[in-house]
Amino acid sequence: MFSLLRSMWLVFLHMFHKRDTYQYPEQKAPLPARWRGRIALTRDPDGEERCVGCYLCAAACPVDCISLQATEDEHGRRYPEFFRINFSRCIFCGFCEEACPTYAIQLLPDFEMAEYNRQNLVYEKHDLLIPGQGKYPGYNYYKVAGLAIKNKDKGEAEQEEPPVDIKSLLP
Amino acid sequence: MINAWWIIGGVLFVLLNTAAGLIWLERRMLALWQDRYGPNRAGPFGLFIVLADTLKLFFKEDWIPPFADKVVFVFAPAVVVASVLMSFVIVPFAPNIVVADLNIGILFFLAMSSLGVYSIVLGGWASNNKYALLGAMRGASQMISYEVFMGLALMGVVVLSGSFNLQQIVEAQRTVWFIVPQLLGFLIFMVAGIAETHRLPFDIPEAESELVAGFHSEYSGMKFGMFFIGEYLGVTLISAMVVTLYFGGWLGPAFLPPVVWFAIKTFAFISLFILLRASMPRPRYDQLMEYGWKVLFPLSLLNLWVTAAIKLWLISK
Repeated sequence: MFSLLRSMWLVFLHMFHKRDTYQYPEQKAPLPARWRGRIALTRDPDGEERCVGCYLCAAACPVDCISLQATEDEHGRRYPEFFRINFSRCIFCGFCEEACPTYAIQLLPDFEMAEYNRQNLVYEKHDLLIPGQGKYPGYNYYKVAGLAIKNKDKGEAEQEEPPVDIKSLLP
Repeated sequence: MINAWWIIGGVLFVLLNTAAGLIWLERRMLALWQDRYGPNRAGPFGLFIVLADTLKLFFKEDWIPPFADKVVFVFAPAVVVASVLMSFVIVPFAPNIVVADLNIGILFFLAMSSLGVYSIVLGGWASNNKYALLGAMRGASQMISYEVFMGLALMGVVVLSGSFNLQQIVEAQRTVWFIVPQLLGFLIFMVAGIAETHRLPFDIPEAESELVAGFHSEYSGMKFGMFFIGEYLGVTLISAMVVTLYFGGWLGPAFLPPVVWFAIKTFAFISLFILLRASMPRPRYDQLMEYGWKVLFPLSLLNLWVTAAIKLWLISK
């Protein structure tokens, strides 16, 4: 009985406590950098697309909200022809980000994505692609990959040995 | 003497607005006690939330399940509001401001609050749904059990004042409020009153964690709103009754009119109801029944017995 009265009194005292509410539209809640919000496609330090269209994000997606089509430019550099995320299905699990080998797809701390029309929640590539590098600055997939593209031949990547001539008997 | 129709209209107007206003008040007070702000967007202090809620209730699809007993289903929510509003007939808001100055006022109050059980049972039964029926059964047993010693606890006041008439009961508190000689009776009446309005912590018939939403699972729109308003009216009624029976009704220092004193006291008790909701854990159902029958019922009998004995001893002296 005493404990009940005590808890009532303590709850009553909360009347004079500081409020914990964020007055949302005026006052934004601070979101941690790893908050899993809106999905974006980032670019590498040279301003080129990071995405190589490997389909791993689409494969990892538990709700199948990602669809894309890979294509190649004349220098052998792969990029997605289209990249589409249906945010009305997306559950913001971040599996696509985990699966991405090139840090291209990233979840950003932004949740203000409400739309009046459901169709507007389908984001196309031009909605997703951002000019910056997102959470992983300085990473350039084509600089470390052993793939010949424009201005970089095989063996010229960072920390890469020159290719072995498998036809030769010399060491 | 004021014209009776003015009193009836005034009482209805004030009560229905109070019940609607309690939507806002409860949300705001709960927010205060949980370190939140509560409604503060719609209008000044979020007061228009009442309007928004009402509009929402009116425009929501008012769906009657095809398997329900339609007549009873529609009738049930009206019973709760009607029975509670009828109980207010005997509450004296100030000297001579009372709809019906009955000599059996308390009995009428008890009768009307028993009728409230019907709305729960009929609502739960007509929904033709197991959860609703179980909720209704719980509600009925809880309300009937707590009704028993609610009446017995009141009898202490009746013994002291020698009348069932609420105006005379208030007059009998001129020297000392009945909270002093009837502290135990007050506590029992308060607990029984909370259980009677099935407010938290005794909101067992709703039990949304076990029984979806209890007896009103199938209700929507304004029919649900009637249950909602009925609950708030019940809170107001129990607060008004506590004030009349134990806290001297309209009595108070003369610098404020009697009605204002009555309103202030009632408001304090309504706030107490909300505070209870904010701070109490909900008992298990069997604990609730056990507490009622094994603790409060004997206590209320003892209270009545001791009060009557002392009164007799005082008379015989």
